[in-house]
Amino acid sequence: MASPIEVLSWILILGGSGFVIIGGIGLLRLPDFYTRIHAAGITDTLGTWLILLGLMLHEGLTLGAAKLAMLLFFLLATGPLASHALAKAAYLRGLDPLQGSELVDRHEVDDSA
Amino acid sequence: MIGVFAAATAAIVVCMGLTLSRSIVGPTVFDRILAVNSFGTKTVLLIALIGYLSGRPDFLDLALVYALMNFIGTIAALKFTRFGDLAGMEDDESEQVF
Repeated sequence: MASPIEVLSWILILGGSGFVIIGGIGLLRLPDFYTRIHAAGITDTLGTWLILLGLMLHEGLTLGAAKLAMLLFFLLATGPLASHALAKAAYLRGLDPLQGSELVDRHEVDDSA
Repeated sequence: MIGVFAAATAAIVVCMGLTLSRSIVGPTVFDRILAVNSFGTKTVLLIALIGYLSGRPDFLDLALVYALMNFIGTIAALKFTRFGDLAGMEDDESEQVF
């Protein structure tokens, strides 16, 4: 019989895997660069944090948990910073966001009304 | 516990395949940089999970080094696409915004 901490660790790791898969599908399927940043941000934050927290719960109070906490801190600091730098560089370079009207045109909505 | 680690590892490997295909297809250079950055983050998770899957948590040191290198690589690639040079910013006097 597994302890409650172990069960919580399983739930966190499997939930993080689910968020990683959602982020990967979004990175492939979303129509625009700026929306793809949003999909990659899901992987960088929620997926990573849940998996690393699950590993920390599995590890307990050891040196490995301290290393996992350092990993969590580094990813927390660098992931949003990289996403921000990427979006700002693309915007300053002149890459236009996809506007609503183009989305409507692309999907061929009938606006005869 | 091994089964949970194996399932998470398989999910991350599948997702790395999706990310790699975006980095090949990606229409602009920023799509490719974003995909490679996301690929690096998933590599960090994969290294940590494989360390626990094989019973050797010492792999966490490699994951730490890889997380820092991934960030520096992303910023360096961004700077290279903007200035065409990793050394200076001399050609960017027309834009004061940063």
